[in-house]
Amino acid sequence: MDILNALVAFLNFVFIPGLAYGAQLAIGALGVTLVFSILRFSNFAHGDTMAFGTMWAILITWWFQSIGISLGPLPTALLAIPFAIVITAGMLLGTDKLVYSFYRKQKVAPIIMVIVSAGVMFIMNGLVRLIIGVEEQSFADGSRFVLAAADFKAWSGLKEGLAIKTTTAVTLVTAIVTVALLFWFLQKTRTGKSMRAFSDNEDLALLSGINPDRVVQVTWIITAALAVIAGTLYGLDKSFRPFTYFQLLLPIFAAAIVGGLGSPIGAIAGAFVVAFSEVVVTYAWKKVLGYLLPVDWAPDGLTQLLSTDYKVAVSFSILIIVLLFMPTGLFKGK
Amino acid sequence: MKKLLMATAVTALFAGAAFAEEIKIGVVIGFTGPIESLTGSMAAAAEMAMAEVTASGKLLGGSTVTSVRADDTCGDAAAGTAAAERVVTADKVNGIMGGDCSGVTGAILQNVARPNGIVMVSPSATSPALSTAEDDGLFFRTAPSDAREGEVMADILTEKGVKSIALTYTNNDYGKGLADAISTSFIAKGGVVTINASHEDGKADYSAEVAALAAAGGDLLVVAGYLDQGGKGIIQNSLDTGAFTKFGLPGGMVGDNLPLAIGAALDGSYGQVAQSDSAGAAIMVEMGKAAATPFDATSPYTMESYDAAALMMLAMQAAGSSDPKVYKEKIMDVANGPGEKILPGELAKGLELLAAGTDIDYDGASGVELIGPGESAGRYREFEVKGGKYETIKFR
Repeated sequence: MDILNALVAFLNFVFIPGLAYGAQLAIGALGVTLVFSILRFSNFAHGDTMAFGTMWAILITWWFQSIGISLGPLPTALLAIPFAIVITAGMLLGTDKLVYSFYRKQKVAPIIMVIVSAGVMFIMNGLVRLIIGVEEQSFADGSRFVLAAADFKAWSGLKEGLAIKTTTAVTLVTAIVTVALLFWFLQKTRTGKSMRAFSDNEDLALLSGINPDRVVQVTWIITAALAVIAGTLYGLDKSFRPFTYFQLLLPIFAAAIVGGLGSPIGAIAGAFVVAFSEVVVTYAWKKVLGYLLPVDWAPDGLTQLLSTDYKVAVSFSILIIVLLFMPTGLFKGK
Repeated sequence: MKKLLMATAVTALFAGAAFAEEIKIGVVIGFTGPIESLTGSMAAAAEMAMAEVTASGKLLGGSTVTSVRADDTCGDAAAGTAAAERVVTADKVNGIMGGDCSGVTGAILQNVARPNGIVMVSPSATSPALSTAEDDGLFFRTAPSDAREGEVMADILTEKGVKSIALTYTNNDYGKGLADAISTSFIAKGGVVTINASHEDGKADYSAEVAALAAAGGDLLVVAGYLDQGGKGIIQNSLDTGAFTKFGLPGGMVGDNLPLAIGAALDGSYGQVAQSDSAGAAIMVEMGKAAATPFDATSPYTMESYDAAALMMLAMQAAGSSDPKVYKEKIMDVANGPGEKILPGELAKGLELLAAGTDIDYDGASGVELIGPGESAGRYREFEVKGGKYETIKFR
């Protein structure tokens, strides 16, 4: 029984939150890594692109709710995602035409592109705040739990509860579908193959007749889709506030770099490394150890490695350690 | 007959004038700065008390009381000290109604009030640190210390039979001070605080914070935060994960938005908020409306400002002197029983009784009761959330 209690406490407070957060980071990191490998710069505007896309998902959700469209137990926002993707893709393509293409033609150094993307970030930042405001917005609806903690306790007779929120389940399913579609697209389709070719060697790709403009456009469209999905899932599961999306940039980049910038598999692995280390390092293990160890061995303290105040520092530390000892990341990026 | 009347009146005036003087009280609060929206009505209330006393003509043989305003800025200790220095040395005030914010108040106390021996009565400084500051018996406050809220909360928890609590606070001076006060009082009463951890406001996700709180465990989670900020996130996540089902809610968590956002799950949680049920409060609200320049007496610390000024003048009367070094001894006496209760608008009656040598117990607008080193005991409303409403249990 004690082992089961320990397992449930671990699942409820470490594994499930880590899994959901990791999945949201992974989709975000995939967007960053895609832009890096094909357009060859670190897109600082990605966090705010997520905020921009999520904002539209929220606005459309509200509109759906007002005219009575819903998905029953599932959040209505899922229906709004495709529309938000279209708007965000339009925004990104427009930005590319207005801003990035100018610098691409000049073949500027990647660092200049990074600074340009920081400029784009501030504009989007401002746009989102102008349209929806700086306050927290809630747009989750449908049923709140797949499995509520109290129901689980009653069913299992355990002391610990296990809760699975609908949004957590939705996050995981959507993430798996999104990643599967992305990999199928990159591996199997003609456009996907040309994108990979362009990423591997731009000159050879151009010689073999690949249209660079088309590759760039498709990249932005996919990036928009990934940003909207990641942002909306994060907002549904946690909460939406423009500033927190801006802050997401750090763990997303940490994830992409840890996995190896430019490697899609790496981005996913890196995201889970970052997410789980944030939760595991700041979790107080007292309860779990209390169940597992004999009574007189049970710890008096909280057995917490780091106070939760330092959660953000964990991403930073992992980032530095990886850059020092494994500069190309876990999966040999660029 | 007419002449006789005149003559009597003149004699009476003359007799009074022999002792009467012009007393000045400094109103040193932040007319500019972070709480500038509050200080207008605070000053108006304090000056209303002075006008009331002057009109009665009963203070120290018909002395008049005038106000000298100065801006302590609330935030800038150097500017606050300079402002207080001016009213003390240039205007020669007999006492200071102020300062307002805790940091500035502490600076004025140490740099101006103590060297010059001036009495200070602050209507709004709530930091527990001021309770133990060196004050030569010159510093009083009509606002309760946050430490007091900690004691009240510990009382409520103990009465409800709570044995252990987990505690989380918003990471600033208010949250930290309050959390420490709650923790100290609760431990002193034999309770156990399993964890005392901070949280940052404005985050999207509090699962790591709640995981640590849940691991520490406890009968109840006390959230010393803000209802529109991290406090709400912590409660929502605790309910989602089943970590805690009941919450202790101090003053910062009281507002209609919270039950609205959380829903029925908040029912059964309880706490306390600084609020007075004294008879004087209602009278004061009416007096504020009827004043020459009307003000809102329900604005925070306004009633405390009236009481601060009134206390000083009543203490002067009791001591028979407007010298701060003399009347400082009397402030506790007039503020506390035994004696006849004095409510706002009854300052003339209080002065009369004191002149006749009768004890008074100044209750004022905020139910003044000074404890310990001369700070308000504070009235708190104990509430429980029922059906999405903060239902009053009692005042304590």
